[in-house]
Amino acid sequence: MTGAVRLQVSELNKRFGGVVAVKNMSFELHAGEIVGLIGPNGSGKSTVMALIMGIQRANSGTIKLDGIDIAGWPTHRVARSGVSIVFQHSRPLQRQTVLENIKLAMLPDSLLRLVSEPSVAERAKGIAESVGLGAVLDRHPWTLPFADLRRMELAKAVARDPKVVLIDEPFAGLTAAEIKVFSNLIRTLRDQGRAVLLVDHSVKSVAALADRVIAMYLGEGIAEGSADEVMQNETVRRVYIGGKIEAVERKSAHALQQATLLEVESVKVLYGKAKALDGIYVHVRQDEFVSIVGLNGAGKTTLFNAISGLVPYRGAIRFGGRDLRTSTAAAIARAGVVHCPEMRELFGDMNVRENLDLGGGHLSKAERARQLDWVFDLFPILEQRQGQRARTLSGGEQQMLTLGRALMMQPKLLILDEPTLGLAPVILSQISKAIERLRKERLLTLLLAEQNVTFALPHSDRVYVLDHGRITWEGDPLRFAAEMHAGYL
Amino acid sequence: MAVLRSPIVWIGAVVVLIAALLPFWLSAYLLAILTAAYYFGVFAMAWDLLFGFAGEVNFGPTFLIGLGAYTAAILNRNFGYSIPVCVVAGALAAVVGGILLALPALRLRGPYFGLVTLVAVLLLQNLVVIFAGVTGGEIGMTVPDVLSIDADVNYWYALAFLVICAVLLFGLSRSAVGLILQASGQDAVEAAALGFNVTKHKIAAFCVSALFSGTAGAMLIFYMGTASVDTVIDIAIGVQIIIAAVLGGRRTILGAALGAVFLIVANEFLRPLGQLNTFVVAAIALAVILFFPEGLLGYALHRGERE
Repeated sequence: MTGAVRLQVSELNKRFGGVVAVKNMSFELHAGEIVGLIGPNGSGKSTVMALIMGIQRANSGTIKLDGIDIAGWPTHRVARSGVSIVFQHSRPLQRQTVLENIKLAMLPDSLLRLVSEPSVAERAKGIAESVGLGAVLDRHPWTLPFADLRRMELAKAVARDPKVVLIDEPFAGLTAAEIKVFSNLIRTLRDQGRAVLLVDHSVKSVAALADRVIAMYLGEGIAEGSADEVMQNETVRRVYIGGKIEAVERKSAHALQQATLLEVESVKVLYGKAKALDGIYVHVRQDEFVSIVGLNGAGKTTLFNAISGLVPYRGAIRFGGRDLRTSTAAAIARAGVVHCPEMRELFGDMNVRENLDLGGGHLSKAERARQLDWVFDLFPILEQRQGQRARTLSGGEQQMLTLGRALMMQPKLLILDEPTLGLAPVILSQISKAIERLRKERLLTLLLAEQNVTFALPHSDRVYVLDHGRITWEGDPLRFAAEMHAGYL
Repeated sequence: MAVLRSPIVWIGAVVVLIAALLPFWLSAYLLAILTAAYYFGVFAMAWDLLFGFAGEVNFGPTFLIGLGAYTAAILNRNFGYSIPVCVVAGALAAVVGGILLALPALRLRGPYFGLVTLVAVLLLQNLVVIFAGVTGGEIGMTVPDVLSIDADVNYWYALAFLVICAVLLFGLSRSAVGLILQASGQDAVEAAALGFNVTKHKIAAFCVSALFSGTAGAMLIFYMGTASVDTVIDIAIGVQIIIAAVLGGRRTILGAALGAVFLIVANEFLRPLGQLNTFVVAAIALAVILFFPEGLLGYALHRGERE
């Protein structure tokens, strides 16, 4: 039962330096409709949400709410005019109770109303009860389980009776039973005549709920329709899985004889109350190329951050037999475990050469020059762009620079987190070639995390599948093609 | 009334009662120390409103205090206005100066707001020295009028002033506006997404902080009878205020006042240690900040709370 057009986004564009985040994006949201906006990490879906909410400013395009262009309005004005957002990570007021947190969302934006009206408390209580928080009104947020915190965020978002509700990763960190409850709450929003936009990385998680799904890739809309239609869409399948899965048999006999270089044993990581890794076992042999595949949110980045010493964990991680728990992130990197992070983390204000020199900072002058020549040989474009500031590079060039900087550190084990993130196919093949060369020259061991299976398989001696913080499958790429293909997306 | 259930209110009432009776058995010397400490307490509370609630680190509380103090002093000495007029004028000058500073400074992100406030102090200090003809320059200036020459009366003035400021600031921090301010300080994007104009609320907080700082600065010089850079503007005074507020407990308002009194009284009691005195006080402050980052009062009130 979709009603009038509530939100109309047309020709929206957003660039960050040299990276195009959103490109000519257009879509509509109707009253009483749930729409899923999906796309892999880096596809621009979160940016679209930030643009609608006024957290970021679009370079061009219009965002009309009931016919009025709200593009470029400050966030609080957008919120006042009837758009609300449920953030994935929220920071509630810890010293206030649940009820007070919800009341906060109902207060007028006034400097003079020192005392809130009594009706506010009543309404806040009503909303809290409608999302199932009735029993915990007077508790403090830090005593609540994760699912209740999400309920509280939902309550805050609907407190001001919005026309449009944006929900970022509605089900992240929730159990199956909680997802059911949450889905029903979201359906209630639709039945109240609101337009709901769910932003998520996978079609699967929003399929049951969304009336319509819009898929994004590289900042553009690539498909629109029912969840089924979008899931069957050839372009969408290619984006997520990377098209047809082709496995190459590897002569991995050499690697199989080598000693174990990295051991991850029963590693658990908690983010606040959400379980990101739930007892992971992974091992990598010397010279082996291992990939960990899984959808966004499966826990790949968390695992890599744990190996690099960037997040606290339970369990053990050993590199060359040495326990890494007591080492700092810097010491781990110097020991040869070099992390190529998903978000690249380049020094944006420094130029290409400075970024590379920093990577090779611990090498002698002669050795650094040799290593630099080798990196330039691997990625000739970097040599041409030496004097350019990193933030102005295109997405593909930034990825090459990230890899180049990591290689300047002469890694023993390179952990490469989603190098395909937000990159066009032509760039992917260049990076693929570089990885192939690394393998041939047998200079390092690789642990690769990927969502794009087609990209990962040809580079893998062995594959792990990570799903919701657990390893669900392990084997060689040929068996993966045979066993996992259907159930993966 | 929810207010009466808060332990902080009851503790406060008892403390005030005891403090009001102190002149009957303390020496004039100790009373004088406490009197100065109470004005200092107002400085610290006003600072906590900005830091604890609005989430902005103001490295230049003495910019606001100094504006209030010098405006009052100049009007009193050079133009002969009465004390109440001078205090009100001092408060207004601090608010106007505060707005002129906050409007551009709050547009900056991260540490830059703090740096701007720091530079503002140096600017004011230099202005006072340059216009020595009006301000007394580095030597300072004496004001003809004082609040009282009786130590007990001065003490009660300061205590009453502290209590009034504490009630107002504490009430504000617990009000609806205080809630919005706290949300803005903690997560500006989320507060904006809830429909609050974060900049407006932060500027308002800056004005309130300036109002109390300026008033307290003006009152202080009419207690001391002099205004000088060393007592109301110097960066070192600002640092003391910040330490006092953090020591007492961020986001508690009242903790800031306790921290200020503790700091000044401790300094006095440790005076027999000679040179070591300041060192010991600084070491205590450092230990508290390292081991109880929530501050003394914050720790007492929120044990077990994780953030």
